[in-house]
Amino acid sequence: MVYDNPDGVMIGLEVHVQLNKLNTKMFCGCSTKYHDAEPNTHVCPVCLGLPGALPVINRKSVEAAMKIGLALNCEIVEQTQFHRKNYYYPDLPKGFQTTQYDFPIVSGGKVVIEGEDGEHVVRITRAHMEEDPGRLMHMGTIEKSKGTLIDYNRSGMSLIEIVSEPDMRSPKEARRYLDKLRNILEYLDVFDGSLEGSMRVDSNVSIMGGQRVEVKNISSHKGAERAILFEIMRQKNLLRRGGKVVLETRHFDEARGVTISMRTKEEEHDYRYFPEPDLVPMRVSDWGPAIQESLPELPDTKRERFISQYGITGMHAKALTSDIRVADFFEIVASKADPRAAGTWVADVLRGELNYRNLAITSFTTEDIIEIIGLVVEEKITEKSAVDVIRTILDVGGSPMDVVKEKGLLKVEGDIVTQAVSESIVENEEAVQDYLGGTEKSLNFLVGQVMKKTKGRADARQARELLIAALKD
Amino acid sequence: MAEWLSISDVRKKISESSAEEVTAAYLETIGQSRINGYTCTYDGALEMAKQADKGEGEGLLAGVPIAIKDNISTKGLATTCSSKILEGYVPPYDAHVIERLKAEGAVILGKTNMDEFAMGTSTESSCYGVTMNPWDLERVPGGSSGGSAAVVAAGEAPISLGSDTGGSVRCPAAFCGVVGLKPTYGAVSRYGLISYANSLEQIGPMATCVGDIATVMDVIGGYDPRDSTSINREISYRDALVDDVKGLKVGVPEEYFGEGVDGGVEKAVWDAISKYEEMGATWEKVSMPNTKYALAAYYTIAMSEASSNLARFDGTRYGPRNDGENWHVMASRTRAEYFGKEVQRRVLLGTYALSAGYQDKYYLKALKVRTLVKQDFEKALSNVDVLMGPTMPMPAFRIGEKIEDPLSLYLTDVNTVPMNLAGVPCISVPCGLSDGLPVGLQIIGKQFDEATIIRSAYAFEQNTDHNKARPAEVI
Repeated sequence: MVYDNPDGVMIGLEVHVQLNKLNTKMFCGCSTKYHDAEPNTHVCPVCLGLPGALPVINRKSVEAAMKIGLALNCEIVEQTQFHRKNYYYPDLPKGFQTTQYDFPIVSGGKVVIEGEDGEHVVRITRAHMEEDPGRLMHMGTIEKSKGTLIDYNRSGMSLIEIVSEPDMRSPKEARRYLDKLRNILEYLDVFDGSLEGSMRVDSNVSIMGGQRVEVKNISSHKGAERAILFEIMRQKNLLRRGGKVVLETRHFDEARGVTISMRTKEEEHDYRYFPEPDLVPMRVSDWGPAIQESLPELPDTKRERFISQYGITGMHAKALTSDIRVADFFEIVASKADPRAAGTWVADVLRGELNYRNLAITSFTTEDIIEIIGLVVEEKITEKSAVDVIRTILDVGGSPMDVVKEKGLLKVEGDIVTQAVSESIVENEEAVQDYLGGTEKSLNFLVGQVMKKTKGRADARQARELLIAALKD
Repeated sequence: MAEWLSISDVRKKISESSAEEVTAAYLETIGQSRINGYTCTYDGALEMAKQADKGEGEGLLAGVPIAIKDNISTKGLATTCSSKILEGYVPPYDAHVIERLKAEGAVILGKTNMDEFAMGTSTESSCYGVTMNPWDLERVPGGSSGGSAAVVAAGEAPISLGSDTGGSVRCPAAFCGVVGLKPTYGAVSRYGLISYANSLEQIGPMATCVGDIATVMDVIGGYDPRDSTSINREISYRDALVDDVKGLKVGVPEEYFGEGVDGGVEKAVWDAISKYEEMGATWEKVSMPNTKYALAAYYTIAMSEASSNLARFDGTRYGPRNDGENWHVMASRTRAEYFGKEVQRRVLLGTYALSAGYQDKYYLKALKVRTLVKQDFEKALSNVDVLMGPTMPMPAFRIGEKIEDPLSLYLTDVNTVPMNLAGVPCISVPCGLSDGLPVGLQIIGKQFDEATIIRSAYAFEQNTDHNKARPAEVI
């Protein structure tokens, strides 16, 4: 099936990624671990833009950017070149942002996502390096605040802006692209997506018959999907009513789920880009091979390996590799437990229970799940009990064995089940006759009776088999 | 006191008394100054001198007082670029050169007056008022490092630091009859120098003699990882102090003696070239055909960079602030009130030169001219060892004579800006007087060949009496 994109929707995304796993900022030695710190405690003359201070490029930032570029199948530029983007804003301590202009660090790549009609390629135009500005804070709401406070802890953090071609055709594809991007970036160990403001999205949306509209200020993947959905509807309604969609920049109001016009093309800033005289070009093309070599296994490759190495299903492999932490977790479990069982229990059950509780994989230990899978495989507890154990550990705590013992979940011995089967047959003659007369349903009633007598500790399948065998005689 | 002292004179005095006494004497002289060369003196100076006394002469500049241009960051000492917009700004850090000076035991006397943000050739655009030329109090000391040159000429400091973006060390050195060096771009770290035009400027020393220039360069020169444009080379500047120019090939660019060169200046410079011949050097005329475009290219590049460099002065983080109904109005009112006229002119022109639709015509074209000017130097200096000509086309002009006509003031930089475009080292040494006012001989060398220009200047100084002339304020 081919997706025919009836409205001619074209979505291109500009994603700002904070390289928050680096130890130091982009142009100075300040620590990047400011997220829980007091304002303006992770600053120095350079990232405060004090008169006379000069930037020095952090080699690790360049390497991380190149890593990202290679993971996105991009070409690497010969040498670095930084530009100044000039504009006035209080969060920008130098009155310009150091960024890249006509020579981005990497360009011309692609990302494969699961699109509306199967595998879909999103082309990457370029990815360039730039510094993060500081952050404005208000006492209460913007309207009521007595003043604006500025926290420069964020100032000078390394950002990489990844610009795609307008290759996405629906809000869902945009979301999938963002998820995939985040997944790849986390694999590269340059980025922690769980930190606030670590991934910011600007979206370019157009539909057939209208011009491109840029939507700014999107801070989550879900937000991107909502903003684009709203924007497509707005543009469609506008055209239907005979209006025109003009080139403009709009702002996404996350709380209300709407986009609001910020400025039209005529009001665009003139950023007066020019080469940053304080940073000399650095030849980086020679670094390519070594960085390529250092790239970790990426999600698509890992997924294929999981299928062939562990014999798990494609669905499970995909679910397990969609987050590097889950993938790593699974591999530990699979090395100590039956790999297929591990696939099912981690991909389906554990992930489901964690998602339901909005918890990360780090909330569960590999030891516990290995033990639980062991108990199931050795038929010491039922699958139903195993789910109960996982839930209890997540909600209350404790070790698997403690929970099993406390709740009396150990599967009862065979003769007790046999006894319960005999009793059930004797005590429910009517159901037995119905079953023998061809009413399959009655068997379920008898299984229920066995379960009741064993207080649920019997394995339902086993009880069923024993009943059938007994009734044959 | 008010006398000209070299570093070795100062050290001799220190050994006879103490660094503290020497510093105290300088501070007293500064207190009686009539030239307005300092924007402020350092209240920690005597303490630094005491420390030097305790250190028993350790360090190349132990106990030697030095004056610092007001655009070089000094921890705990106001650094304002002689601008109201930086009033009250006290840097929390030292520039690289200050760290180096402190490490060698130098004593910081204070900060010296300058054209606001180093934009000028006369020190008249300072918010503190003009500095007077010690040779004639009605004349400008040159600029933009006018204070640094004037205080050395007036005996208010033995040595000083200036900065040279388009002649700002050499011009005042020439006008005040002292020695001033603009190092090769990258030879001295700019970390802590408040930028006017980053791609052009260098910090440079000023002194009463060539030997002191070499000593200060040995202290402040060298690699600094905090300045990406700093070059990693080991150079001993004092090793170049050799009185021998036999076989030295001198190139004399005819373009440096163009229209409007003062007769007295021309004569003094040609006399100097004859002197070199006498000393065993040879000279020939060379052509620098792109010199005539250098001035326009220089101003375009400098103003463009300045428009961006000065964007940070918005009243948010330091300096005074005017109120406004929103941040942009606040910033705009602050900049309109606290930047002087010349700074505003250059920021506006630079913004224009960089703006969309004009960048090709101005900024990018200026960069191309810069390459041509650089090639002029490479070509000329492939045949000769050094180039010589007048530093300034005229001696110090009168205060107020040119300030109302910016273009005529810009034109006075015609012989000093090409070297900044090319990044080559150059030195200005006194070579006589014109109507009682000092004339500077400019000696230009190949990139990182400070040694040859220092040797040339040193030999000239050793074999002439020009260095012995003293301004009225000192006699």
